[in-house]
Amino acid sequence: MKLLIVDDSNIIRKAIQKYLAEFGLEIVGEAGDGRTALTLFRETSPDVVTMDITMPEMDGLETLSEMRKISDSPKIIIVTALKDKATALDALQKGASGFLAKPFTEAQLKEEIGRAIGRAS
Amino acid sequence: MTQKDLQIFVNGTVNYFKQLTDSGAQMDVPFLKKPGETVALDITGVIGISGVKKGIIYFTASSDMLRDVVKTILGTENPDLASIVDIAGEIANTIAGNAREAFGADFMISIPLVVEGPPKNIRIPNEVPVFVIPIRWKDHRSFLVVGIQ
Repeated sequence: MKLLIVDDSNIIRKAIQKYLAEFGLEIVGEAGDGRTALTLFRETSPDVVTMDITMPEMDGLETLSEMRKISDSPKIIIVTALKDKATALDALQKGASGFLAKPFTEAQLKEEIGRAIGRAS
Repeated sequence: MTQKDLQIFVNGTVNYFKQLTDSGAQMDVPFLKKPGETVALDITGVIGISGVKKGIIYFTASSDMLRDVVKTILGTENPDLASIVDIAGEIANTIAGNAREAFGADFMISIPLVVEGPPKNIRIPNEVPVFVIPIRWKDHRSFLVVGIQ
């Protein structure tokens, strides 16, 4: 399965890469903003996307909506510091497959992605 | 800002470092920043707040502390400077974003701005009391500074 990582923090992108190194996902791209993420989404057709919300250029919720116009198939998991229920609900209504609040541990990330793709973490 | 509001940021900071390491961090007693006083260490991550609250939140730390945080997250011995700078913004972003759990979705946060050295250009409205939360993690000291209406 192909993974696209979207977050404006390079530390978070590196942490997600590290935590999922043995999870059987091939990283096909990284983006630090929504517009770049959309381009990579079209080019690489990922199966799984981790998506931050607060980003420059285009935020994660708008990027999620745009991705859903392209395809319903990929599992898009929101990974954000925005911990309120309204944001989580909004993300799910826009087509998110999961929601994980920062800060997160390796186990929490694997559990959320495992749940989205139907695999035990 | 009320005592209850301040506690939200203290709790967010405690939670961040608790997730990072089992030992967590210790908070010292918060204090009011004096007008004209600069509370800044080597690198500062700044978040602008708008919506139901207005002002800024910033996290400031020594580069040694931030290096240790990056080492803890990534397990790398020699993190690069870009990562050390980046984590200051990410910590500020996480603590500010987590506060939406209490303040709601109309507590709007900006993307982080990271400043190396004293943040001379950070403007906090004069009428807003600015609270400083001292944080001790391992042998390092840092500060979360909260100036919101």
